[in-house]
This record gives sequence, structure tokens and C-alpha cells, in this order.
Amino acid sequence: MKKIYLLAFVLMTTGLFLPQALFAQDEDLLSLLGDEESTDYTTATFKTNRVVNGHSIENTGKGVLDTKFSHRFSPLRQGLYDMFGLDGAFIRIGADYGVTDRFMVGFGRSSYEKTIDGFAKYKILRQCSGAKNIPVTLAYLVDAQVNGLKFADQERDNKFSDRLYFTHQLLVGRKFNSRLSLQLMPTLLHRNLTNSPEDKNDVYCMGIAGRVKLTKRVTLNAEYYYVPEGQIEDPYVNSLSIGFDIETGGHVFQLHFTNSAYMTYKGFLTETTEDWFYKNDNGNLLSGIRFGFNISRVFTIVKPKVMQ
Amino acid sequence: MQKLMIFCAAFFVFTMAASAQSGQKFFTRDGKVKFDATAASSPERIDALSNSATCVLDAANGNFQWAVLIKGFQFEKSLMQEHFNENYLESGKYPKATFVGKITNLNEVTLSKNGTYNAIVSGQMTIHGVTKDITTNGAITVNGSNVKVNAGFNLNLADYSISIPALVSDKIAKEAKVLVDATLVPKQ
Repeated sequence: MKKIYLLAFVLMTTGLFLPQALFAQDEDLLSLLGDEESTDYTTATFKTNRVVNGHSIENTGKGVLDTKFSHRFSPLRQGLYDMFGLDGAFIRIGADYGVTDRFMVGFGRSSYEKTIDGFAKYKILRQCSGAKNIPVTLAYLVDAQVNGLKFADQERDNKFSDRLYFTHQLLVGRKFNSRLSLQLMPTLLHRNLTNSPEDKNDVYCMGIAGRVKLTKRVTLNAEYYYVPEGQIEDPYVNSLSIGFDIETGGHVFQLHFTNSAYMTYKGFLTETTEDWFYKNDNGNLLSGIRFGFNISRVFTIVKPKVMQ
Repeated sequence: MQKLMIFCAAFFVFTMAASAQSGQKFFTRDGKVKFDATAASSPERIDALSNSATCVLDAANGNFQWAVLIKGFQFEKSLMQEHFNENYLESGKYPKATFVGKITNLNEVTLSKNGTYNAIVSGQMTIHGVTKDITTNGAITVNGSNVKVNAGFNLNLADYSISIPALVSDKIAKEAKVLVDATLVPKQ
């Protein structure tokens, strides 16, 4: 009998207090909804869609026009007489446009070889975590450039196709944390016409690039392209660039030091002439470091629907 | 003896049911939160909208909670959106803004009866990892089983350690106007 009274007492008190115990936990009402897990796409792996000379895995946003003004100056070693190279410059002026958030196109005109270049880039995979998990961003770039110089040998049977160079590039990149991003860029360059049989039509190379975020608005970038031997004529060397991205509202200023004078793929991959430091035939130590910059300014052409 | 047991069981069920009744909750996952931090002298608009704020309201005690993903704010300019996440709100470190508080004048707000009520909401706002007390007025409109919530208030950006560089201080206002608009439905 005692047991039954005890049971009744327990039942009654639980009846009184259990609901309060259940519903007093309103500290976190939101957790009642459960975590609806969404996919978190990584953003701002790089500040802009170029590292220095080559592309980064970033795309220009949908409906955004990104105008590019780029210069590469003469080597610094010429000193004050040449204002550390500023008296001589190669120029590229171009514009990129984001068709969708994953697909962009662009073109430009360079003073070197009076080149016009155009490209299309598509993000195949986007790094994300959450509901979907992809460790890297993968993009494919195809670039074509047209040499606009008059043909050196007018007697030869010159065709328009002799002016064309094509680049195919895969970009695999990962933002490891808010400070560090790295990417690899296996690249194939095809040149329809080359100077000699030693200069292969197809050149395979590998690029590596990265950035370290120094402050919220400044990053340190580096980019190196390795061209395995036996594909291009001897005096040409690999391209190495180190620079800073400085972002100020609608502009990104990219200031860099590089040994490449040209801003198109065919130019900097296969026609970079001087190493950062090298000895000339007389045994003197020389430096092929040049100063250069890219300035990017964005304009929103098509506003996203959500804001209307 | 059996009677006693039945009485106890009935008491248990009754109290449970009564508590569950008064614990009616309303919620949404697609509340709108808009903010505008455009300075008077700014040539461009600095505003954004999120359509995916989460909110729960407990009718029993007026407890009221909000969460909104920082990355969910859509700007007109995608670069501005990137900078908002990267440089100002640091959404990688602080992915959510939350509000935990309650309706303090619940006796004047009858959630079971159609009508528009003025609600005073008070609680703690957490943005950019900084928690501040806040009190604001809002309108609660009960329509059938739905509860519509509208509110507007200002947030001082410096209060939440959101620093504005001198270069853009003529564009970004010191205070952001925030507008909230959500329709809550009963939670089953």
C-alpha cells in the first residue's frame, strides 16, 4: 500500500513539474526549429580574378563589369636615369564581364605585339562546406590571342591562323583559412606559328600561386609558372611574380615585382627573357626585376533582382 | 485504490496538456531583414536584404529570438557584399547575428485575437561577436493563426566594433537603419 501511495505521489509531482522542466528551456528557442543545414560557399579566395599575370579562381560577379588597366615597366636596374624603369612600359587595357556567377568572359588589348586577347572562364566546382562539401574550387579557362604585328616576312604565304595562340588552363584552388589561399594551374599553350623547330607548338607548363592576407584590405600574392625544358628556345626563363593587392572600395590596386614584361599567356609563359637575378656573359650580376601594376575598377551593370 | 491511480494519471495528462497549450510557439525561416547604412553624402547606396532570417516567438512568456546569417545579406553590388563579409562583419568568424529577448508588454498583446498591437521588445543583440542590450517598439499584427512582426530601429556600428576606414567614412553612415518584416506561423 505504501508503495502505491509513493507511486501516486511521484506521478503527481512529475505531472506538476515535468512540463515546466520541458518548457522552461526557452533559452534557445531557435534550436527548436532544428538546424536547417545550408551550403556555405567560400568567397574571396583572392581579391580579384588575377593573381598577377595569370588568372585566379575568382570570377567577376554576375552583371559586373571589371575594367583592367595594367602596366609592366622596364627593369629596375636601369636606375634613376630611367626612373627605375618607369620610362618604358608595356600596357594592357581590358574589360571582364560576369555573365553568371560561374561564367565570365573578357578581352584586352596589349601594346606588346599589338595583341588582342579574349577569354572565357567557368567555375566547374565551388569550394563549400555544410550540406554540400567540396574542398576545392575548380575552374577552366580558355584564352585566345591574336598577334597584330605586320608579318616579318611578307614573301611567305602568311595566313591569319599564323597569328593565333591558344591557352587552356585548369585552376584548382583552395582557401585554407581567411589568411591563406593556394592554387595550382596546369596549363597548355598552343602556338600556331613558332620561330624554330626547337620552339614547340604545344607547351605544357604548371603554375602555382597563392596569397596571404596581411590586413583586411591588403594581401601578398605570388605566382610562378614552371615550363619543363625542351619546349621553348633557350634564352627564355620561367615567370615569377610577387605583389600586393590593395583593395579600396570599388578598386583593387595590384602592385607587383615580376620578371615578365608581358601580360598575355603566350607572352609571360614563353617569352620572359630575364631571371630575377642572373649573371650575364661577362659575369656581372644583373636583375630582371620589373615593377608593374594592374588596376581593377568594377561597375555593376545588371542589378540583382533581390534588391528591387 | 484504482480511483486514486486514475485521478493521478488524469492530473498528469491535464497538467501536461495545459502547459503544452500555453507553450504555443510561432516561427518563420524566411523573415526579411533589411539594413541601410548609406551616409547622407554617399554617391552610392549601401544597403542589403536578407530573406532568410529565422525567428521564434513563444506565446506563453513572450520570449522572442532571431537569427540571421551574415552571408545571407544580398547587396546590389557583389563587391560591396564581399567587402561587407570580409572586412566589416567578418562572417567567417561571426557567421550569425542574433537577438534573444522578449516582448515586455505581453499583457497588451493578445496573440489569440486578430488586431494590431504595439509591442515593446527588449533583449540582447549580438552582431560581429559583440552583445548589446537593445529595446525597440514594433507592430504585431495577428491575422487568424499568423503573427506578422514589423519593427525598425537604428544600430550604432561602432557599438558592435564595426570600424569604418576614413576613406569610406563619407559613404558609410555611423548608424545603420534596420527594418524587420516577418510573418510567423504556429509551430506544430
